[in-house]
Amino acid sequence: MANHAVAANVYVSFLEKKGILSWLYTTDHKRIGILYLVSISFFFLIAGMIAMLMRFELLTPASDFVSPHTYNVLFTLHGSIMVFFFVVPGLAASFGNFLIPLMIGAPDVAFPKLNIGSYWLYLLGTLILLFALLQPADTGWTFYTPYSANTDTDVILLTFGVFVLGFSSILTGLNFIVTIHKMRAPGMTWHRLPLFIWASYATAVLQLLATPVVGITLLLLIAERTLGIGFFDPAKGGDPVLFQNFFWFYSHPAVYIMIIPAMGVISEIIPVFSRKPIFGYKAIAYSSLGIAFISFLVWAHHMFTSGISEVAATIFSFLTFLVAIPTAIKVFNWTATLYKGSIELHSAMLYALGFIFLFTIGGLTGVFLGALAADIHLHDTYFIVAHMHYVMIGGTVMGFFGAIHFWYPKWFGKMFNEAVAKLAWFLVFVGFNVTFFPQFFLGVQGMPRRYATYPEEFQSLMALSTYGSWILGLGVLIMTVNLIKGLFSGEKAPQNPYGSLSLEWQVPSPPPLENFVEIPHVTDWPYGYGKKKEVDA
Amino acid sequence: MTWIPEAASNLASKVDGLLLVITFISIFFFVLISAVLIYFAVKYRRRSDDEETPYITGNQTLEIIWTVIPSILLILLFVYGFVVYKDMRTPPKDAVDITVTGKQWLWTFEYYNGKKTLNELYVRQNRPVRMVMRADDVIHSFFVPAFRVKQDLMPGRYTQLWFTPTKIGTFDIFCAEYCGTGHSKMLGKVIVLSPEAYDIWEKGVAVDGGEAVASLPPAELGEKLYKGKSCNACHSVDGSVVIGPSFKGLYEREGELEDGASYTADENYIMQSILEPQEQIVKGFQPVMPSFKGILSDAEITAIIAYIKTLK
Repeated sequence: MANHAVAANVYVSFLEKKGILSWLYTTDHKRIGILYLVSISFFFLIAGMIAMLMRFELLTPASDFVSPHTYNVLFTLHGSIMVFFFVVPGLAASFGNFLIPLMIGAPDVAFPKLNIGSYWLYLLGTLILLFALLQPADTGWTFYTPYSANTDTDVILLTFGVFVLGFSSILTGLNFIVTIHKMRAPGMTWHRLPLFIWASYATAVLQLLATPVVGITLLLLIAERTLGIGFFDPAKGGDPVLFQNFFWFYSHPAVYIMIIPAMGVISEIIPVFSRKPIFGYKAIAYSSLGIAFISFLVWAHHMFTSGISEVAATIFSFLTFLVAIPTAIKVFNWTATLYKGSIELHSAMLYALGFIFLFTIGGLTGVFLGALAADIHLHDTYFIVAHMHYVMIGGTVMGFFGAIHFWYPKWFGKMFNEAVAKLAWFLVFVGFNVTFFPQFFLGVQGMPRRYATYPEEFQSLMALSTYGSWILGLGVLIMTVNLIKGLFSGEKAPQNPYGSLSLEWQVPSPPPLENFVEIPHVTDWPYGYGKKKEVDA
Repeated sequence: MTWIPEAASNLASKVDGLLLVITFISIFFFVLISAVLIYFAVKYRRRSDDEETPYITGNQTLEIIWTVIPSILLILLFVYGFVVYKDMRTPPKDAVDITVTGKQWLWTFEYYNGKKTLNELYVRQNRPVRMVMRADDVIHSFFVPAFRVKQDLMPGRYTQLWFTPTKIGTFDIFCAEYCGTGHSKMLGKVIVLSPEAYDIWEKGVAVDGGEAVASLPPAELGEKLYKGKSCNACHSVDGSVVIGPSFKGLYEREGELEDGASYTADENYIMQSILEPQEQIVKGFQPVMPSFKGILSDAEITAIIAYIKTLK
């Protein structure tokens, strides 16, 4: 069918079928990608609005807009929704689903039914976790015991929700690993894989290996509650620090589940808009795996003030410094790719450059936190809040926005308004920095995080941060409206608007149901831009 | 406002040195990367659609340089951070122990001579102190920005930190680990006294502006105590309910207790509630208030009552 259709230059796009059931029961990776994209974007906007409410409350030192308890509920909701509903599935589930088969020349993922099953699990997990959060929980997204055990919060239900969401991650990771191993088109060797695939592979390994720890934690919590065995509750002879060990053993690799796919996106966008081969392909590819490996061994750097032993703190500090090396290598390689390029500042490229700029700040401020004595002063202050948001918004979210602007024409077959997109980028970039840069100074001065009220001396910087959140919010609003408007009234997108060499751009926009009429035979890597002086293997 | 609080302990200047070194290295790399990024983006901007670009896939020498140099710097920073940390974690033999208890949402300090203070930690200038700390309920974290020290307090185990205060003055104590509704009100002060003033304080005479406090009208003293002794963590003065009943309009209020009895909030009721809070829980509230017996003097209780009377 497809052969015939494309020959006649009319083909069945994957978006052709209508009706809600054609979405809920779909096994098409491109549609499942859209399901994730819509879901995570929805939660991103909700959690973003909650953050705006919090910043509004923090305009003045006293609690005059919401009560301290409500404020605590708000930051718990903001953190939990952002982390578990948005960034953890994030780019991996949305763009990973859409791109992995297209980039490696496959008709779909290895297990299409498991793939839609993972999405249903994601939905189920969000429902359980939302139900547990709206009781309402006021524990913060880290659910530290014994506070979480002493309040009305149902920690078991919370952990169960995270576990179900985690299972969705595990299955998606498994699916992607098998797909990348077994479904590559002929000639698509490992060293011809787009770097987004390397990043997705590293992410999938993390999902598969780190997430089961949530399940173990859940079992221990249940045993503690029902059998009275003390694991975490000091009243039963348990140790609250043990909970932190379990929590971060999952949640620290989870940070890299969030950021590595964004690094993959940047590695795709920069060569295309520079018309240059990516600089240091192997270094970028293997550094993704390196980061993934080391990320399992640094979890206790969240606990330097928790009363862990000095020896443990020293070892974890050292390992934390190691993780900075592959990260630095990537930043240098991206920058070097621009050298002698032909650079077009498309909105996607602006997000990619914004990523390098902001992620560098996020990474460098991480060095402060890895250094033991400095962390003692900065831990649990606004410095952490700022660092974390520079990595998560400056990194992951910039990568996410960049990915949307880059692959939008391919995915939906439409173009958005580029001028408006650039304006929105500018507001997001400026607004983000005005919101979060002052928080580094607040942290150094000693302003603790998670404070519903605060001493007056911090007000000017706190207010500046709040004004920044208004600019940031406006930028995101304009971007969202622009992208939605493009879906309805945008021009039809050409097959390959940027002249990319990657496989996904060699099929029509939007792609046909089966992706490829004929499985392509790959003869070169996807970054062969520029004029070769000599033949390169 | 300076970029960092005044360094008021022996450890503070060491931490500041480390922070400064990392800041310089960070600024150097940030400026380097952004300058190159912006320079390339401007210099190599696309001028026409058919521009030729060179086929450069990497450069081994360059890649080795930018792996090795940051690695060496990072390891040096690790060592620097560790050396200062080792100092922070090794109290000198002659340090004086003070026992700290964190409880939602107040700090209690017990001194070697049996003295006990609430939210106010009195220490002597240039004498090292070791804080032996424990939490009563959930995790708290003892943080004095001016001293650059921080340590979590755990229920069920002791943790410690130490410092030598070097400057006379009053410095903030913050609770840095989220501990519930009153977390942001779990504030205290470290009062660093000169050796002479400390000796007077130790003998039991008020030193913290003693004369000034004594001459305050009771209601004003009550207001000071309301903030200083953490009443404000749970009791509002504007009618809103935080944890406990609001102080606004409390005096002579009538209502029902948890056990069904009725109460009138007269002087005796308020005094009783401060000393034996579990005895008369107002209907609809949790029995979570600690007793202030031995923490507030009779005169101070009278002052608080006088303050409550003004909150109509």
